[in-house]
Amino acid sequence: MAKVPGLVKGLGVTFSTMVQTITKGANTVQYPHEKEAPPTRARGVIALREDNCTSCMLCARSCPDWCIYIEGHKELAPPRRAGGKPRQVNKLDRFDIDFALCMYCGICVEVCPFDALFWSPEYEYSEGRIADLLHDKTKLGEWMETVPEAPELEAGADKKGKK
Amino acid sequence: MTSALWAVEIPYWGQTLLRVLGGVVAVLLPAGTIVYVFLFKMMSFMQSRLGPMEAGPYGSLQLVAEVGKWLQKEDIAPERADRFIFRLAPIVVLASTFLLVAVVPFGPDAWFTNFETGIYYAMAVSSVSVLGILMAGWASANKYSLLGGLRAAGQLIAYELPMVLAVIGVVIQAESMNLQQIVVAQNAGSIFGWDGLGNPYLLTQFVGFLIFMIAVQAELTQAPFDMPIAESELVSGYMTEYSGFRFLMFFIGEFATAGVFALIASVLFLGGWGVPFAWFGWNGIDDVDNWMNVVGPLVMFGKMMLLVFLIMWVRFSYPRFREDQLQRFAWKFLIPVSLGNIVLTAVAKVVW
Repeated sequence: MAKVPGLVKGLGVTFSTMVQTITKGANTVQYPHEKEAPPTRARGVIALREDNCTSCMLCARSCPDWCIYIEGHKELAPPRRAGGKPRQVNKLDRFDIDFALCMYCGICVEVCPFDALFWSPEYEYSEGRIADLLHDKTKLGEWMETVPEAPELEAGADKKGKK
Repeated sequence: MTSALWAVEIPYWGQTLLRVLGGVVAVLLPAGTIVYVFLFKMMSFMQSRLGPMEAGPYGSLQLVAEVGKWLQKEDIAPERADRFIFRLAPIVVLASTFLLVAVVPFGPDAWFTNFETGIYYAMAVSSVSVLGILMAGWASANKYSLLGGLRAAGQLIAYELPMVLAVIGVVIQAESMNLQQIVVAQNAGSIFGWDGLGNPYLLTQFVGFLIFMIAVQAELTQAPFDMPIAESELVSGYMTEYSGFRFLMFFIGEFATAGVFALIASVLFLGGWGVPFAWFGWNGIDDVDNWMNVVGPLVMFGKMMLLVFLIMWVRFSYPRFREDQLQRFAWKFLIPVSLGNIVLTAVAKVVW
């Protein structure tokens, strides 16, 4: 008998939630028809800035799922200064991420020393076939457009990059 | 008689056919309405979401889509199952529902059968579903199903008693076991000479009403009494191994029985198909106009929806009991209280 007030209170909670849903609308959204914007720095998909990649393989080796496939070859580039030796650069042939395997841990983004990998809040890239989730560097490059600007550095912090 | 409704003589086979069709409608229509209005919509609203919205306007055809899905599924029986009993079990459960609706009166002449001991028959037939559930649990050759079946048997038998005892209070007050006469006794009655509301036994038998609704909740294995199907402990208990059409039969059985029990509760406590007879100056069943045969079922339907709302509201609000709490609640609380209720009713009946 001592439990009766609690039981009545419980019924009240569900009833008032029902009235709220009917009068003020639900807390959920009807997804394909209306969309909620994800938080700015949401971890939706991994984007690639191809120019920064040196195919150093750090991301592929640190990936716990081995879902990053990189192939590259060496090329000679014109020297920086006149009269110098031609430079040797690594050219990227293939950079694929298999999003069927990726577990969105973000280690590749953290480990990249050249700022080539970024988190993008884009999330609508599901496919009917699981094999279609293997995305190549062109597709990963397209997602760069959705990557938000990096936040301002704190005052006094060292600015990295080319001197 | 059904024929009185159209004022033409319908042959016996025609009456029988009408009653069979009426019975199917009386079972399936409430079941479909309950599933859409309460299971899909009210439950979602209580969880601050909208529920199914895509199939049909406002998701109203979702149930059609679900039934279509179930009909397409393969009818699987486990390899080591007792095939015959496994296949028979859902039919037994559904048959209990159809047998139960047979005694419910929907109007002064709109009834399927008019047993003198209607409520006795209803109580007896409602326990047939225990057999079906036990058969399903045993024949599935699955220990979770067997546990679920045994839990169901223990629970349904424990809660059958307070239910019957709660009904006895009504029977004493109405001086009849005939459901039609119980309806008439409530609507022709008066409260201390004031007959504007009739005398619904909800007022005089309020304790009985509470006990009856709690027992119905347990008989239907709805939360908080859903240990037999407890999906998180027993993987849906006795229903685990069923698929396709046979699962659909269990599903229909669950909600149709909720509807039929609500109908019986409305007959026992809310005055059934009747409106208070004093409104139209009727004195007894013979004065009731013929149009009540059409309005009566609608009145019944409204009262049924109200009672099913109560059942579902409780279902969506409370967590599950533990098995020992369930048995203790039935044997140590509900049964003594309902016995006390009978004694009080009997004394009051003799005194007045």
